[in-house]
Amino acid sequence: MWEYTDKVKDHFLNPRNVGIIENADGVGEVGSLACGDALTLYFKLDDDGRIDDVKFQTFGCASAIASSSALTEMLKGLTLDEARKISNDDIAEFLGGLPKEKMHCSVMGREALEAAIANFEGTPVEETEGEVVCECFGVTDIQIERVVRENHLTTIADVTDYVKAGGGCEKCHDQIQEIIDSVMEKEPVPKKKQTRLTNIQKIKLIEETLEREIRPALEKDGGNIELVDVDGNAVYVQLRGTCASCRLSEVTLSEYVQAKLRELVAPELVVEEVHP
Amino acid sequence: MKMVYVDNNATTQVASEVFEEMSPYLTRYYGNPSSMYTFAGQVGDKLREAAAKVADLLGAAPEEIVFTSCGTESDNTAIHAALRSNPDKRHIVTTRVEHPAVKSLCEDLSKRGYRVSFVPVDHKGRLDLDYLYDHLTDDTAVVSIMWANNESGVIFPIPEIAKKIRDRGIVFHTDAVQAVGKVPIDLSSVPVDMLALSGHKLHAPKGVGVLYIRKGTKFSPFLIGGHQERGRRGGTENVASIVALGKACELAGQHIEEENTRVARLRDRLESELLARIDKASVNGDVKNRLPNTTSIGFDAVEGEAVLLLMDQIGICASSGSACTSGSLEPSHVLRAMGVPFTSAHGSIRFSLSRYNTEEQIDHIIEHLPPIIDRLRKMSPFWKQSQAG
Ligand SMILES: Cc1ncc(COP(=O)(O)O)c(C=O)c1O
Repeated sequence: MWEYTDKVKDHFLNPRNVGIIENADGVGEVGSLACGDALTLYFKLDDDGRIDDVKFQTFGCASAIASSSALTEMLKGLTLDEARKISNDDIAEFLGGLPKEKMHCSVMGREALEAAIANFEGTPVEETEGEVVCECFGVTDIQIERVVRENHLTTIADVTDYVKAGGGCEKCHDQIQEIIDSVMEKEPVPKKKQTRLTNIQKIKLIEETLEREIRPALEKDGGNIELVDVDGNAVYVQLRGTCASCRLSEVTLSEYVQAKLRELVAPELVVEEVHP
Repeated sequence: MKMVYVDNNATTQVASEVFEEMSPYLTRYYGNPSSMYTFAGQVGDKLREAAAKVADLLGAAPEEIVFTSCGTESDNTAIHAALRSNPDKRHIVTTRVEHPAVKSLCEDLSKRGYRVSFVPVDHKGRLDLDYLYDHLTDDTAVVSIMWANNESGVIFPIPEIAKKIRDRGIVFHTDAVQAVGKVPIDLSSVPVDMLALSGHKLHAPKGVGVLYIRKGTKFSPFLIGGHQERGRRGGTENVASIVALGKACELAGQHIEEENTRVARLRDRLESELLARIDKASVNGDVKNRLPNTTSIGFDAVEGEAVLLLMDQIGICASSGSACTSGSLEPSHVLRAMGVPFTSAHGSIRFSLSRYNTEEQIDHIIEHLPPIIDRLRKMSPFWKQSQAG
């Protein structure tokens, strides 16, 4: 039996926003009966261009239904530009995680969302272009390339978990491996997979990074740095020693401290100096 | 919440008589049946008694019974033994709908220099006998064909096939794991060379099985070790489970009539009521030639895992041929081999009953399943389309 989180079970047993929207602004249909799951997503915008109403119909297993339901909850009130940023990982995370073999359900959510936005904008969906690699599940090279890149996948089994490609007759395994290889060549897998940190994890990691990476470098020049507070993505620090009086302190902060923290902790961080 | 267990092709509850019979052999009578003193000798006697009971159910002789650790071991042992006794032959014939215990083994052997012919089935799950007979060659070392299919319940004409294969002088093995106890089997008139059965499908515990080996069949053991089982399987016997399996076979003989009358009627009522109450539902498999306890029903436009989990909420235990439950992405190889359309393959549910099921339990399913299917269909983008079609 699958290990589903309580949130997955809740969204499966009590799915939110099931249905159709007559004269929706955008409709996205993905999946097929043959593949074993399919999702149709509808949205309607309000006068400010925010998603006012959103509904779905899903054929599929518990995690497909839960992913669809979760997506509709996430979408309410967003502008399309905000909606566009939702990744499959965000959907999985909203549900407290999905079994690895079921990640394709979250990818289906993201694909339906993109299809619905494209339908609204009247643009073709990029992924349906491409060239079909997996005949069994009709998956294109562009789709595979994208999940590999975005989710840092490294094996064929991963790809099958995320977009099903390779899960049927297995004839396309060599081609999938080639795509993985070419993505890895272009963008080596980061040492640590970027996942969203909890606040405490973030603060800890900032402290560690200051201690291990940043302070020793500043000390070489007779300076020092002190962490004062962390509030959301704002990191408040005090510069000491030569740094504090150095006219280049602002450059130090943005060019060096902030850059290091963004690289090693989270790309959204903003470092600000507080004066004693 | 009451539980309704209708997944007896997956496993069965241990009969209370069986448990009673075996439990002294887990506690009081712990002697090793190979030892010389009376304390152990009485254990050995009990094993022989168990073999006799198994043999009785099969129409075989006690010396033809070898106890193993499971159905899978019996299947593997049989096929390996047949290949070893025919070292010059490199061809195997089996079917496309075997249990993985045979199917995966044959696929593995096909990577190790053996040629394997997989006999297809038609849309009702019936074996293509012409294909089977046409593919027998002088190079064929073994034919392995299940007696009854675990998913569709379809019964293959083993008596007829066995005679044909014997006339060709080829070793014939049958996986009768699902058939034993549900349909009469009389090996005195059906010339199979080897037959596999498994305890946990007939109200004995998990982890014990039997390989029947017809007298005179060339054999070499799979587990090589001590002289247990007359040198046909090394390893100190799983005494309590073997005693249990003996008892379970005795009970199976007594209840086989009931399986084919009362249990079959329960199954038929479940099936016909569900078909009557649920639109776009169809039975997978040949209803005229089926295990009395099994029905596999495909519900259009829903997905099996979702159905199972909603049934679980109200205590119904069944299984599905859908992809999502198994972790693979495609519907079961059995449904695919039968060419069950995708519309219903993903939404196929197998109910397999036993003599422990009651009328009330069947009522419970009949009452509660239709709203579940309805609820999922209302959620499904294919439902309108499927209704129209
Ligand atoms: C037809 C068939 N063969 C073999 C087996 C394997 O039996 P066991 O679980 O005892 O290894 C099963 C049970 O799942 C079965 O249904």
